[in-house]
Amino acid sequence: MMLPDPAATGLARVRKIEGAALGLRTPAFAPEEGAGDLLEVSLGPHHPSTHGVFRMDVVLDGERIVRLKPVFGYLHRNHEKLGEGTSYLGSMPYTDRLDYLNSMTNNWAYALAVEKLAGIPVTERAEYVRVILAELSRLLNHTCLAGFLMQDCGCSGTPLMYAFREREKILDLFESLSGSRMMCNFQRFGGCRVDPSAEWLAATRTLVDGYGAFLDEFEALLSGNEIVMARTQGVGRLPAALAVNAGVTGPMLRASGVGHDLRKVDGYGVYPRFNFRVPIGRDGDVYDRYMVRMLEMRESISILDQALRGLPGGPILDPKAKQRGLRPKAGEAYGRIEGPKGEIGFFLGSDGTGNPTRYRVRAPSFVNLTILEDLCLGHSVADTVIILGSIDIVLGEVDR
Amino acid sequence: MLGKGLLQGLAVTAKNLVGSYHDPARYVTQEYPEVQPKLPEAYRNFPFLVSETADDPMGTLRCVACQICEKECPPQCIYIEKSKDKKPDATGKAQIYPAVFAIDTAVCMSCQICVEVCPFDAIKMDQEFAIAATDRFGGLLLNREQLAKPNAYYHQIHPTEAAEVDERLAAERRAAEEKARLAAAAKAAAPKPAVPAAAAAAAPGAARPAPAGSTAPAASAPVDSVPPPAPRPPSP
Repeated sequence: MMLPDPAATGLARVRKIEGAALGLRTPAFAPEEGAGDLLEVSLGPHHPSTHGVFRMDVVLDGERIVRLKPVFGYLHRNHEKLGEGTSYLGSMPYTDRLDYLNSMTNNWAYALAVEKLAGIPVTERAEYVRVILAELSRLLNHTCLAGFLMQDCGCSGTPLMYAFREREKILDLFESLSGSRMMCNFQRFGGCRVDPSAEWLAATRTLVDGYGAFLDEFEALLSGNEIVMARTQGVGRLPAALAVNAGVTGPMLRASGVGHDLRKVDGYGVYPRFNFRVPIGRDGDVYDRYMVRMLEMRESISILDQALRGLPGGPILDPKAKQRGLRPKAGEAYGRIEGPKGEIGFFLGSDGTGNPTRYRVRAPSFVNLTILEDLCLGHSVADTVIILGSIDIVLGEVDR
Repeated sequence: MLGKGLLQGLAVTAKNLVGSYHDPARYVTQEYPEVQPKLPEAYRNFPFLVSETADDPMGTLRCVACQICEKECPPQCIYIEKSKDKKPDATGKAQIYPAVFAIDTAVCMSCQICVEVCPFDAIKMDQEFAIAATDRFGGLLLNREQLAKPNAYYHQIHPTEAAEVDERLAAERRAAEEKARLAAAAKAAAPKPAVPAAAAAAAPGAARPAPAGSTAPAASAPVDSVPPPAPRPPSP
């Protein structure tokens, strides 16, 4: 696999406080052989740690995981087949419901695929607004994830509530722009649905300026916390080779030390104009995955700052760009972007009619979940919960 | 030093605890339902049908049953039956109207695609969110009587958008009047008045709803049948 030159992409290594240096014990891995009878337990689908309706069929030797079979599909709702029977515009609101934390990036990936398929140019202002919304999504997703992960670790409430308090501020921005907190249905082919007003941009500016302070506080609470370090360091190590071979993308891949970010690799939209670094981890453990996301948020703030300053005028949506009754020429297109969870892509096949003949979603949560067993083997049940939490899945996207 | 991170974290929680009593950035809880949320203007939840007046909502629906929203609705939650007869709309022009217009709110996902595709500004998004029904089938299936809300209500919930819509409709109406006036003048000046003008007035497409994205219904009206427009309801 071709990887970008680290120097060119400006990779940033995770600064890691070693728990071992502070005298913390790292958990032992190897299960004692033949220690006793095996026990099969069904973790989920209605288990608070599974982030939705997801089941893990685990075989336990005492407290250690010997075998783990992920079972999903409880939230399957025929998304891809529905896409084949729906017009191009009609699928847009359905994409909100894939990864329902990040409808803005889902919309963008789908819009990108249709724009490629039909050859629709995107207006300059819309490209900037898309970057702003995608980076806000990333802030929202990573903040939430840190909160959920801490909840999984057992810190009941506090970090999650702080995270949700900040998330709500971003959702308020989304709501005042698109009309809905989570189901934004905002991107259109060739631009965005609504032009952000000056007040909205001012409110975004206030949020972006204040977010660094929140992250400082959040990190003061968590990053150096000895209990967090003892629980997460050395747990669920993902080797870089396995991550690449399994098609893992996003912060999960970067935490394993692979500097692959579509914003740099593809340079879609107007990302090449922004100056930002790609944080990568070293060990690929749960702590690195947490830390990579924290650092990514800092970079997102920097991108947001640049995008808000450079936002050009002009139309948000080309009035000639057709939304309803779109009939692209026969062909295929794949549009992908770096979503907060990894590479989210839409593959569309057209035969010249109003509906796609093939509609396929490349969902990052789903692909990242495939290595769950490799990460969990030898760990305790409690570790499995935080390993699953650190993968960052949303079942709406896994099951589709 | 082992334990430093824990102490640091406790300082953060202490700061938040104290801050939650005086700092608005930390004290964010709203005591719903005692305190009702302030909804942004863009907020949307379930569509409604715009009628021109409050006292005769069924007679002044803007909807002309063109069925575009029914076709475009992604989850197919809209059901429309066209009327057999025609009724004068707000501008006085005879129009088809929806004999049945039902939205199954159990299916609707508030995506507002119906609003975007409507060429007549007849369907808009509501802001009512505290909704519940005791009957999951009939109670959630809203008919046109339940869906119709006056333009004044639209102004109340989406003031900016409603003002734009009113302005656009007024401009279209003025353009249609101007066109009718010119056509009437041309007819009066023409040497052979009776037969060709009548044929032109009955030309195909004259009484059909305008295609999406083109002009308002009034613009495609038969030129000799446009009465003076009804006065518009005052904007609040």
